[in-house]
Amino acid sequence: MSAVTAPPAVSRPRASLGKQALRWAPIGLILFAVLVAVFAPFIAPYDPNSQNLLGRMKPPGTVSRSFHYLLGSDELGRDLLSRLIFGARVSLFVAFASVILSGVIGVLLGMLAGYARGWVEVVVMRLVDVFLSIPAILLAIITVAVLGPGLINVIVVLALTRWPRYARIAYGQTLGVANMPYVRLAAFMGASAPRVLLRHILPNIIGAVTVVATLEFGLMVLFEAGLSFLGMGVQPPTSSWGAMLSSGRNYLATAWWIATFPGICLFLLVLSVNLIGDDLRDRFDPRSQ
Amino acid sequence: MRRFLVRRVGQVIGTIFGVVTLIFFLQRLTGDPTFLLVPETATQADIDALRHSLGFDRPLFVQYLDFLGQIVRFDLGRSVIQNIPVWDIIASRVPYTLQLAGGAFLVAFGLGIPVGIVLALHREHIAARVLAGIVLSAQSMPTFWSGILLIMIFAVTLGWLPPSSAGGIDHLIMPSFALGLLSMATFARITRTSLLDELSKDYVRTARSRGVPIGRLLVRHLARNASIPIITVSALEISNLLAGAVIVETVFAWPGLGQVTVQSILARDFLVVQGVVLLGAFVTVALNLAADLLYSAVDPRIRLDGGRR
Repeated sequence: MSAVTAPPAVSRPRASLGKQALRWAPIGLILFAVLVAVFAPFIAPYDPNSQNLLGRMKPPGTVSRSFHYLLGSDELGRDLLSRLIFGARVSLFVAFASVILSGVIGVLLGMLAGYARGWVEVVVMRLVDVFLSIPAILLAIITVAVLGPGLINVIVVLALTRWPRYARIAYGQTLGVANMPYVRLAAFMGASAPRVLLRHILPNIIGAVTVVATLEFGLMVLFEAGLSFLGMGVQPPTSSWGAMLSSGRNYLATAWWIATFPGICLFLLVLSVNLIGDDLRDRFDPRSQ
Repeated sequence: MRRFLVRRVGQVIGTIFGVVTLIFFLQRLTGDPTFLLVPETATQADIDALRHSLGFDRPLFVQYLDFLGQIVRFDLGRSVIQNIPVWDIIASRVPYTLQLAGGAFLVAFGLGIPVGIVLALHREHIAARVLAGIVLSAQSMPTFWSGILLIMIFAVTLGWLPPSSAGGIDHLIMPSFALGLLSMATFARITRTSLLDELSKDYVRTARSRGVPIGRLLVRHLARNASIPIITVSALEISNLLAGAVIVETVFAWPGLGQVTVQSILARDFLVVQGVVLLGAFVTVALNLAADLLYSAVDPRIRLDGGRR
């Protein structure tokens, strides 16, 4: 297997303007979401948790007391737009943190298994098999059941559940690179194992890892929303898109907006991430074209 | 073949042993598993009594052996809340989840494969591009959101289908679609990729140049050769469907394993949750084994005594 991760040198015909826009739209959308999340307190028109019981479940555009509900209000009269804006924080923070945490753990263990071989390889890869044989959502649920819900616990749970994905890809890639002459030479010349791993192997496998991490990012957004939807994620009154969908579910017939807007936000965010992930995969893995 | 089977079954037993061990230590992640089993209102005396009666005050190693022994005897313990064996609770819910997973698999497989074929054969056609967009959307749709959308459209607005709970076949339609759409996307993508892979091979070009119609080629050669990745994905997807049922069942109030899992977590009935997770893992391991065995049936080139893999 070739370890070179450089993009294929096929010169593509110049993409049309429409295609260009399609390629940049997801990146723009994610940047927008990140900006909204970072500057949430400055953008949100109201405190996401301030209630207005006289203005419960008002449709988009309603004015009630001092509130102007651009996207409507929820069952406690809280401004939906403000809650969406703060919900973006939870989604993105959990996804970033859990991808980084599980990625670092998984890549380190996977590289170690592929480089050290021997019993390290056996232990790590068998552990990977065990983790992967428990359906991810079930593993996450049982871990939440033990640790209890909450923002930090959700991140820990997701990291604990997803590291094997990275370990497997890092392991496979490392096996391919470890026997390259320059890696052997570096070790022969006295480079320590950490140095070989970080300086010579990591740069060669980071492309493949990035592709997995991108696709995992979308999945982590969905997992957080799913756990919050089930009441096992971020706890009220903190707003999370998944939790908003869950409470909006009870008012589908009377207040469609409560569930609809967080649903659209989730869909657009995950769609953008997946589009970027697909694009990256095409670039890093010429075989999939 | 025999040697392969022995080795593979050994692997399966090893993995299951690992899963059971992992669950055992997960229980003790916060120290004392007694707290997972008592209601929030329990007094200290209740907790101590339960800890003693369940043997959680014995050495860890003894508890571990005990736990292994229970699992070997298929004893999943008793539900603390309902005071009946966890097995009975699970058994009463399994049929519903199987129905749902079956319906979803039908949606996923029945739509995904034809869509994948169209995507591979007519890459530039406008209909294929629309389909590709739908596939990508299905992949990015959280199941609880597509479920809610379906309810809003077909139950609330149009009133064609019942919004929730189990019943006749009409109750099964929306949950099956909500659960199956994501897998549909996976099937479509894998079918497309593996078909394109086959289409680029010499034998296909030869056959095409001799005027063999694509339909016949598809049925005679491509279907078989492209099916290996599809089998792998099927095993994976069935276990994903069973796990995904947790969320879909909550959306549609479907009385299956997923619903009982969520209810048990909220009621702090840990042993039921543990039982469902163990069952999920066993099923996943079994499905992967079945897929491995199917390979050789489909493709004789794969010799199970270690030729490939």
